[in-house]
Amino acid sequence: MSDVKSILLVGVGGQGTILASKILSDGLVEAGYDVKMSEIHGMSQRGGSVSTQVRYGNRVYSPVIGKGQADILVSFEAMEALRYLEYLKPEGKVVVNDYKIPSAPILMAKADYPDNVIETIKEKANTSVLDAAKIATELGNVKVMNIVLLGALVKAMNLTDIDWETAIRNNVKEKFVDINIKAFHAGMDAVSLAIA
Amino acid sequence: MKKLLTGNEAVALGAYEAGVHFAAAYPGTPSTEILENIAPYKEVVAEWAPNEKVAFEAAFGASIAGARSLAAMKHVGLNVAADPFFTAGYTGVNGGMVLVVADDPGLHSSQNEQDNRYYAKHAKVAMVEPSNSQEAKDMVKKAFEISEKYDTLVMMRMTTRVCHSKSLVEIGERQEVELKPYVKNLQKYYVAPAVAKQLHVKVEERLKKLEEFSNETDLNYIEWNDKKIGVISSGVAFEYAKEVFGDSASYLKLGFTYPLPSEKIKNFAKEVEVLYVVEELEPYIEEYVKSLGIECIGKDKIPNIWELNPEIVATSLFGEKTPTIEYDKSVIANRPPTLCAGCPHRGFFYGLSKRKNVMITGDIGCYTLGGADPLNAMDTTICMGASISVGHGAKKVFDRYNKDMRVVSVIGDSTFFHTGINSLLDVVYNKSNTITCILDNRVTGMTGHQDNPGTGYTLQGELTEIADIPSIVKALGIKHVRTVNPLKLDELNEAFDWAFELNEPSAIITRYPCALKKLTELDRKEFKPLEGKCEIDSEKCIGCKRCVNTGCPAIRFIKPDRKSTIDPVQCVGCGLCVQVCPVNAISKVGE
Repeated sequence: MSDVKSILLVGVGGQGTILASKILSDGLVEAGYDVKMSEIHGMSQRGGSVSTQVRYGNRVYSPVIGKGQADILVSFEAMEALRYLEYLKPEGKVVVNDYKIPSAPILMAKADYPDNVIETIKEKANTSVLDAAKIATELGNVKVMNIVLLGALVKAMNLTDIDWETAIRNNVKEKFVDINIKAFHAGMDAVSLAIA
Repeated sequence: MKKLLTGNEAVALGAYEAGVHFAAAYPGTPSTEILENIAPYKEVVAEWAPNEKVAFEAAFGASIAGARSLAAMKHVGLNVAADPFFTAGYTGVNGGMVLVVADDPGLHSSQNEQDNRYYAKHAKVAMVEPSNSQEAKDMVKKAFEISEKYDTLVMMRMTTRVCHSKSLVEIGERQEVELKPYVKNLQKYYVAPAVAKQLHVKVEERLKKLEEFSNETDLNYIEWNDKKIGVISSGVAFEYAKEVFGDSASYLKLGFTYPLPSEKIKNFAKEVEVLYVVEELEPYIEEYVKSLGIECIGKDKIPNIWELNPEIVATSLFGEKTPTIEYDKSVIANRPPTLCAGCPHRGFFYGLSKRKNVMITGDIGCYTLGGADPLNAMDTTICMGASISVGHGAKKVFDRYNKDMRVVSVIGDSTFFHTGINSLLDVVYNKSNTITCILDNRVTGMTGHQDNPGTGYTLQGELTEIADIPSIVKALGIKHVRTVNPLKLDELNEAFDWAFELNEPSAIITRYPCALKKLTELDRKEFKPLEGKCEIDSEKCIGCKRCVNTGCPAIRFIKPDRKSTIDPVQCVGCGLCVQVCPVNAISKVGE
């Protein structure tokens, strides 16, 4: 797997994982990396669990990875981090949003949202926890939560030298550029130093 | 200039650059975006067809008329289009014709994981298989050339990970291509038995030439490294093999996979000590390699079910599991897809789920989720259009053998146009007393909101005739037809009462736009957008869970309080919960 790095972004349909992956991929391409990105459309859009994989390096072959192969797991939702933790390399990093979205069986009280999700993840891996919803709401729009997490990811992977503002500008509507750029920087600042 | 494109976007761009004149498809994951990305090019006629057979035939007609044409479909779509596909294998083409089929290993959005490479062999049609987006673009262009040079249809076989992965693609220019002259040619396109008999001879001659091409073309290339290990691979599996073996093995990479290159395979196998065949799904290449008398390692180790990835290839071949973090996964709740908040299908299934002694035959679309918990209102889902005909057969048997069962067939608008119409004709012709429910949400929903013959718009945005479902149903001979608003539970239940009492076949059409649909001008004339939110008065709530059992993702049952709550961010104010609450604890606010 040489110099190639693998990023796994997971969350719930509708959380904006695809936009975050798109900005991430565009920035990496501009920085001169070979990039492959894989996502799943279709049935999974309807409130289901979603995942996107971004791989970059000098020469990337596979667009997807298997269990134990991600360098970093970025989870937009707490329980989804636990679902995909087995895809992380044991020495890999986790950026997890302290944000819970109950799934259908939980809404119907046929299952429980697991206790101590964040604690479990912190015990198992090098983890940075952030409350992206709170940060995004303070900036004025909870929807930019995805870009807060993108900022955190960029910091955690030491990719801060890339021109991310242009990548953001190229992918969001003009009136939302400023708030997204703010969200991106707030996300970078929110990552704990231990992981970055 | 290079751009990150999905495989589907790359196919569209390749077709455009190759001067394609005509393209048609029926939407189906993972192939849908091919036509969506061709449609903006004004030089090309791009169409949604009612089904894959029609799409294929329209593209075939365009080819016979002299155009470069393309048809695209998901893997099971080729089952629908198989009839003209096999004939095209005999006739060959006039303008170049490429059929793009997208297999779905891993069944991300499908009812099976058939390996369509066998179709190329079966229909004696040339096949190419790209591994990434750049190859997808290049191979479409090459496929048009092969098609015209060898007078053959070319099938391009993609898979989900090729269709939906992005990788870098060099952008080129469109080369305009002249239409080939149309000349009436009965010996080629009039496949009466005597003509077809001669065509079969030509097909065998063509295949010999194509095999020579397969041995010569650089679509099938060898990369020499260490010769202890040799790997033969195609499609995305080649990328996985490169990831696993790196430079420690030599490769025979196959991009032109029917006919397979016997000489190249023999020469490669001769030079290497151990030979692996790495392919996704069935042992299509492996069977051929073994038929040449060559030993290889393939499906005895690598699974033929579900999709592969580098980790699965490595583990299955070498037995060493990649280290992972160990933890208790049993605490994680499932997160299945659900009908959206405000989905007009929800009330329909809620009402239907209360009926007793009923078999509900379902179909393919978002509404397939009506069969999942908590609505559980479906007995079967087979394939596009099967709800009505499966229901017919079942009802005939129930009646003949005096079983007290009603049959309700549930199908969406686009699926009805696809293959439901023929089935409903069967119900009328052979007289079964089924209740056909057509859930018309004014769009093809599951694949991401495509227009269809009922929406009033074409793929390229032109206004067109609206296929009126009640009129079609009546014209087929159904005498009892009702159209209802599915957001009104009373209206629905009354229609069910009415239909269950009838001794003749009936149809109930629910008509309301998908909750996610961006309303068109035509929609806005007919439907008022939903407004307001639903709120629960927790003092009045008795914790009966009826609202929760509609499966609305905006409603949650709080166990310790034994009360329901509504998330105002998710709620779109459809009001179904207001109608099911027995104590009037839910009301609409902000209208």
